[in-house]
Parts: sequence; C-alpha cells; structure tokens
Amino acid sequence: MSFMNWVDERFPATKVWNEHLAEYYAPKNFNFWYFFGSLAILMLVNQILTGVWLAMSYKPDAELAFGSVEFIMRDVEWGWLIRYMHSTGASAFFIVVYLHMFRGIMYGSYRGPRELLWIIGMIIYVAMMATAFMGYLLPWGQMSFWGAQVIVNLFSAVPFIGEELGIFIRGDFVISDATLNRFFALHFLLPFVLVGLVFVHIVALHKVGSNNPDGIEIKENKDENGIPRDGIPFHPYYSVKDIVGVMGFLILFSMVLFFAPEMGGYFIEAPNFEPANPLKTPDHIAPVWYFTPYYAILRAVPSIMGSSFPGVLAMGAAIVCFFFLPWLDRSPVKSMRYKGPIQKTALGMFVIVFIILGVLGVLPSTPTLTLLAQVCTVLYFAYFLLMPWYSKIDSTKPVPERLT
Amino acid sequence: MKKLIIALMLFATPMLSMGAASPVPLDDADVDLSDRESLQRGFKYFVNYCLSCHSAKYQRFERTANDLGLTFEDVKQNLMFTADKIGSTMDIAMTDEDANVFFGVTPPDLSLTTRSRGPDWVYTYMRSFYLDDSKPMGINNTVFPDVGMPHALWELQGWQEARFKKSENGRMKFEKFELVKAGSMTPEEYDAAMRDLVNFMTYLGDPSQMERKALGVKVILFLLVLFVLSYLLKKEYWKDIH
Repeated sequence: MSFMNWVDERFPATKVWNEHLAEYYAPKNFNFWYFFGSLAILMLVNQILTGVWLAMSYKPDAELAFGSVEFIMRDVEWGWLIRYMHSTGASAFFIVVYLHMFRGIMYGSYRGPRELLWIIGMIIYVAMMATAFMGYLLPWGQMSFWGAQVIVNLFSAVPFIGEELGIFIRGDFVISDATLNRFFALHFLLPFVLVGLVFVHIVALHKVGSNNPDGIEIKENKDENGIPRDGIPFHPYYSVKDIVGVMGFLILFSMVLFFAPEMGGYFIEAPNFEPANPLKTPDHIAPVWYFTPYYAILRAVPSIMGSSFPGVLAMGAAIVCFFFLPWLDRSPVKSMRYKGPIQKTALGMFVIVFIILGVLGVLPSTPTLTLLAQVCTVLYFAYFLLMPWYSKIDSTKPVPERLT
Repeated sequence: MKKLIIALMLFATPMLSMGAASPVPLDDADVDLSDRESLQRGFKYFVNYCLSCHSAKYQRFERTANDLGLTFEDVKQNLMFTADKIGSTMDIAMTDEDANVFFGVTPPDLSLTTRSRGPDWVYTYMRSFYLDDSKPMGINNTVFPDVGMPHALWELQGWQEARFKKSENGRMKFEKFELVKAGSMTPEEYDAAMRDLVNFMTYLGDPSQMERKALGVKVILFLLVLFVLSYLLKKEYWKDIH
C-alpha cells in the first residue's frame, strides 16, 4: 500500500483507476448490444498488433508488395495467421462498429448530453474508413489497385480542383509506387490517431455517463452517498461481463479466420490474388463490403453533364447525415423502447435499406438494380431528413422512473 | 439463442461465392486436401506439364515436399528440373523477354490461380480445349474463349471437337465435346489426373490451409471452454445484482 501511496503522490494511478473503472457507475441493465464497444477496442488492438508484425515483413514497393504478402503467407513463421487475423480483423472491426452505431441509434445514445460523444464516434468511423481504404491498397492485387483507382477518382470528380486533388492524393498521375508508399505510411500512422480518438471518446463517455436500453439518466436518482441507485461499478461487473462477450465474439471470429478467411470473396476478394495490372481492368470492380452501401448511393445518383460529382456529394452526404442525428431527433424520449410505431418502422426500414444498398454495391449495375438503388437512396435520406418531423408527431410510451 | 442466431447471420450474410466468370457451367473439381496421394500425383503433373512455362514463384520445393510428405531426395531426383537447391522457389528458367518472343506474353504465375479463379474453373478449363480451325493455333477453349495457351496436355487427353447447337435466341450454345483422337489416357483417367492437378493447385494457393483448419478446431474448442468459464465467473459476480 505504501508503494501505491508513493505512486499516487506522483501520478494519480488510484484516482484514475477508481474514476474510470472501480467507481465508474454504469447502468445495471446493459444488454447484448453493449458488448460492441469493448469488442471494437479489442479489434483496434488486434489490428495494430498484427499490423506491426505484418509491417516487419511487408515491402511497400509496387514491384515487391504482392510477393511480400505471399512471402508472409508461406515463409514467415505464423505469417498466415497474422495476415488472416489482420484481414479478417478489418471486416470484423467494421461489423462490430456498425452494430455499436446501431445500438446508439436504437437507444438514442446520441441525444443530449451525449452529442459530442456521438460526434467523436463518427469521426472515429470516418478515420476507420480512411485507414481501411489505404490498407486495402497494400497487398497490391488487382482489386487493391482498381478499387483505389475508383475511389481516388471520386476526389477527381470535384469541380475545378478535382484533377489537382487526385494528383495530390496519388502523388502521381496514376495509382503507382508513389501512391503505395504514401498509403503505407498513412495506414501505419492513422491507427494511432484512432487510439487517440478512442481515448477522447471514452473521456467524453465518462463525463456524461453511459446511456442504457431505457434511455433514462441514472444520475438523476442517487442515494445518500451520491451513487446512482441503478448504477453498478464498471469493474468488476462489466469487466467480467465483457470477457464473456469477448469469448463469444472470438469463437465467431475464429470460425471465419480458420475456416473461411476469404469469406466467399467478401473479406478478401478473388481478383486480389492476381497482382495489380494497370493495363487489365477486372470485369467488375466492387469495393470491400463495408463501403458498398455508400458505393451503391454513388452509382444511384445520375451524373450531370458528364460529371459524377452529384453522386460523390450524395455519398459524402450519406455519411455526414449521421453527424446530425442528435439534432434531427425531436422525440421526447430517447430509447426505441418508448418510441412509437412511426419511429420503429423508420429505423427498421433504414436498416433494411442500408443492407439492400450494401448488397447492390457488390453487384454489377443493371437498369433494374439501379432503379432499386435509387429508391433505397431516397429512403436512406428520407430517414434522416424527415426525422425532425416524424420523431415529433410519433406517439410515445411513458418512460419509467427507474431502470427496468 | 435469438441473439446467437442474429450474430451468426451477420457473419454469414456475405456467403455467396464469387467465382470467375465463365461462359459455360463449371464442373465440380471435388477438391480433397486430405487425399495426400492425389496431391502428390498433382504435384508430379504440375512439375511435368505446367512448370516449364508457368512459374509458381511464391512457393518453395522444400515447403511442398514437407507438406506433401515427400523426401527432399525424392523431389530433387524426380521433380526439380531447373532448380538445384531444395529451398528454391518453383520458378521457371524462361526470362520475360524470351516469353514475349515465344508467346507474346509471360505465362501467368500459377501460385494463386485456384484462389483468383476458383478450383472448379481450373478443372473445367483443363478439360475444355478443342480443335478450332478459325484460331491461329488451331485450338480454342470453351471456358476461356480465344485462349492464347496451347493444349499442353494433348498427349494425355488427345484431341476433342466441340459440338454447338443453336439456342432459342439464335446464338450458338456449347453442347458437348467429342473425342476425335485418343490420347494416352482414357477420358476417365484424364479427368482423374486433372482432379489431382487441381487438388495440388488448391493446396498451392494457400499451403498453410491444412494446418490452419487443424489448428482452428483446437482454438475454437479452447475458446468454448473459456466461454463457459467466463460465463460462470460473470454469473458469480452478478448474483447480487437485480
């Protein structure tokens, strides 16, 4: 104990431990959906650790990159395991984060006083997309190359500055060795930015306290010691509970990792087993699954005067919409549990639309599918833009005083 | 339980397979990586018939020998024609310049072909060469129309002609092959040989896959034990929370 006193006089170790774990009171009714925050941290750590080890054998050079990945897969001790942990981890990270976001939307976790918490989370999501995009170029396969080509061309579609912007991003007139080098540098840097953002996300969370499936504030009902009556210390209650979630998740993760690491061509696309060839366009270019809903929106918007910029704008807007959720939702209650049928239907529809767009984004476009994508795009934006209206007029159920 | 099903579904949604496009339906290669003799025969065919023009430059002879249960001596004596060290990669002697003169293009490396195109594609492709006078080399392939590769295994398969018939929309549709000159193998033997070859190439695409699947079973069993233990621990901690 005297050792801890010595430390505490110089560094607030016990204070930090108590404030953030042993005496951080979380609502006692967290359910299944509350596993995904800790799982997202687990995946971030997985990506950083496996990524550092991959970087020890990977060569960011257009001539050598593809071969160095196969060298890792065949000649590096446990290289195949580290590589598949990283490639499966990328998709698993997105699955976990999408479910984490869905939880926040379902229980109104973005509502005041948690607006900043939500916005920091959205910044994390955008940073994750940038990291994943640059990481996908590194194996230097056909889909790496052509996927990057398509996405960088989106930036080139910006009027006036587009062409310069494209060159600025690529460092060349085409996707090349220069692009690969800078994407590698940034793909290594961004995860540490993510760590910083996650830290800020948690600081913000611990300032305002966790929301819960009932969407009521446990801080409004405290006992004589100032402890929320419906709160329990994060440690040990949620630390032991999250371990159960981690084990369950790792079982599913291992099923993919060990038995279907390509996941039928969705986690690692088949054309990516051919080295990048700038002279040979693949029959069908599809981004990795976690980008496809936005890609479908991009393709659904018709180009104006030969410029695909409207589609690019729509794609950007589709992501930006999430940032404004705290102010779009005018419902008097936070949680879907106490919201009325209109909002429940709207959310259900949004989830279905998001999934349909995701599927459409992988398929080649045909007139029928494009029409379906257009309908879904309209519904996607309607969910956000009409929310101030329908969330206000919707009926609500009475919210209980205490957690149920 | 409902949660588990949801979780499983979320993981299983992208399960549709995405093989390479082919104008004809593909035959099932029926890959079985536990059939070691088939893999060894496939290795032999691969080295004898493919490895003179196509490389498999990401793979080493040593690794292949170890995984397929062959001795180094055996491989060195019978299967290494261009390399002399067992640790060498399965590369070809032909330079890109020579390949350009001979074929107009370097024949693609085959290390990952079963992963980029799928085993069924390779299996069907190897059995779909046919005589076609309209092509410069006199041959064509139903899976890969206007293919530049000669039928390297004609000695084994012989020569076949393709029969087409007009379909409803007026386009010519492939119907069947007819063997017009027998090779050294019967059609059944040739199919079996091609299955061995594709089996080997499937191994070649991801040589750690047998080890991976075996390890996966152990890892998942271990995690199941930890899952039960952590669940019991959680229950013990939470017994006072109502």
